[in-house]
Amino acid sequence: MPVPIATSTALPVEEIEQGASLWKDAVRRFARNQMAVLGLSFVLLLAIAALAAPLFAQPYDKQNLSYGAKAPSSEHWMGTDVLGRDLLSRVLYGSRISLAVGICATFVSLTIGVFYGAISGYLGGKPDVVMMRIVDILYALPFTVFVILLMVIFGRNIILLFMAIGAVEWLTVARIVRGQVLSLRRQEFIEAAIALGLRKRAIILRHLVPNVLGITIIYATLTVPSVMLLEAVLSFLGFGVQPPMSSLGVLIDEGARNIEEFPWLLTFPGLFFSLTLFSLNFLGDGLRDALDPKAAKD
Amino acid sequence: MLRFIFKRFLQTIPVLFIIATLTFFLMKMTKGGPFDTEKATTPEIKKQLEAHYGLNKPVWEQYIDYIGKLIQGDLGPSFKYAGWNVTELIAGAFPVSLELGCYALAVALAIGMISGFIAALRPNSVTDYLPMSLATIGICLPTFVMGPLLILTFGIALGWFNSSGWFFLSDRVLPALTLGGYYSAYISRIARTGMIEVLSQDFIRTARAKGATEWRVVFKHALKGAMQPVVTLTAPVTAHMVTGSFVVEKIFDIPGLGRFFVTAAFNRDLTLVVGLVLFYAALIVMLNLIADVVLVWLNPRLRFE
Repeated sequence: MPVPIATSTALPVEEIEQGASLWKDAVRRFARNQMAVLGLSFVLLLAIAALAAPLFAQPYDKQNLSYGAKAPSSEHWMGTDVLGRDLLSRVLYGSRISLAVGICATFVSLTIGVFYGAISGYLGGKPDVVMMRIVDILYALPFTVFVILLMVIFGRNIILLFMAIGAVEWLTVARIVRGQVLSLRRQEFIEAAIALGLRKRAIILRHLVPNVLGITIIYATLTVPSVMLLEAVLSFLGFGVQPPMSSLGVLIDEGARNIEEFPWLLTFPGLFFSLTLFSLNFLGDGLRDALDPKAAKD
Repeated sequence: MLRFIFKRFLQTIPVLFIIATLTFFLMKMTKGGPFDTEKATTPEIKKQLEAHYGLNKPVWEQYIDYIGKLIQGDLGPSFKYAGWNVTELIAGAFPVSLELGCYALAVALAIGMISGFIAALRPNSVTDYLPMSLATIGICLPTFVMGPLLILTFGIALGWFNSSGWFFLSDRVLPALTLGGYYSAYISRIARTGMIEVLSQDFIRTARAKGATEWRVVFKHALKGAMQPVVTLTAPVTAHMVTGSFVVEKIFDIPGLGRFFVTAAFNRDLTLVVGLVLFYAALIVMLNLIADVVLVWLNPRLRFE
């Protein structure tokens, strides 16, 4: 159950000054969750290191064929790949792409999901039944198959990758938002908005969508890892990011192919990828507990 | 019950039809054709090939031809595997993927349910934290990291299994563990939540009050209810396993449907791609139907909804 923002104004003024606001309370609860804070720190550190990589890391595409694949050393902390490229900078640049895909595709999917869910929940009745039936049907389909199809048809372009992944990951969000809107719709402030003569569009945009933002943030952090996973699967199969650019999925693919001779090519990208997923999952769980304390685990 | 199954079955037909149409036209939008190879084919040969497969006709005519054959269960000839029919290709590769899928699902359900239920029996104890921490780690170790790591450990370092191929029964172990292990993590979390919820209900208290042994309470009374969320999850998990099997088939070099799909998509082998997409969709729709039937069997109250 969300705490509707509109009702908090009903409290007397003195109490508001003393009691913690929804957000302050959430921050306090979040800070107490050690794993979530650890997850947040790791993701932030990785993001900063990935963004600042051009400033300190060696170029990610500089080949040194005579050098070849070397085990980690003081010069190359994670070793080098078959073409003599520094693995640490490849991992950092790869994380950049992976995180970018994660964030952009999540944004696309949330935008679709929130509006689809809000409209479906608010309209109710027949349109709601039809819209949710469509979601049910889509849920049952093997979506990665479609993403692969889209990548083949429209060429392997990174913007398209964002769109294609975003276009298939919105279903869960749409369901959750619809459920929230269904319960919000019966509350007084929506009735008041209807009584004041607001149009449906204004009610959905101004009153319903802002009230589901809390739950949307939670699902955003949980969608990012699943999107990153999908991108990695696509890149691993050869449908995603193309060389010389790299994403963690591409690096893991290269590592898996050379696992017998140069195992570090798999272990470092794999470790980074798993740690990122791990952190994002804990971050999402922590945010859920902080913003939506009543939500059941799992 | 039969009526329910029949009704659901009828519902799947328009869905599959829409998918067939969508995939067909999407594939028609691709820039390169199936006969654009690196070796230059002469324009005459290309024309001949296109005429042979009916690609010189207008698109809507090709579509009607395709759908007409589809209704008769004929998915058309493959463009790249000359002389092979798509239906034959699928029939040849599916058993391999099915075998892998069955082993993987068995692994996922066995590990997931046992660890989840054990964790639920004593919440917040060591037997709860240990399997649940492992499950959290498992969720963050995707198949394409886990698979090569298993190869490295058991294939190369210890030499217990072959690192790739699909010849002996022992070749099934690592792929099934890779694919099933990942999903067992999800299942164990769901199984735990389901069991805890059932164990807190009144009829369990009644059973205990009447002096039923703990064993009997769990297996006779709680299990059926606790299975429900697991069954609900099994259908989407199986759907995801299809994708997972693309990865696992690539890692372990298994000649299943996943490899066919990936190569077909690269080759723009139109009929094979559309055929496989349809096949996957039909398969998953069927699995959902089976899951729904099992759910009604587990929870008779659903029959009235």
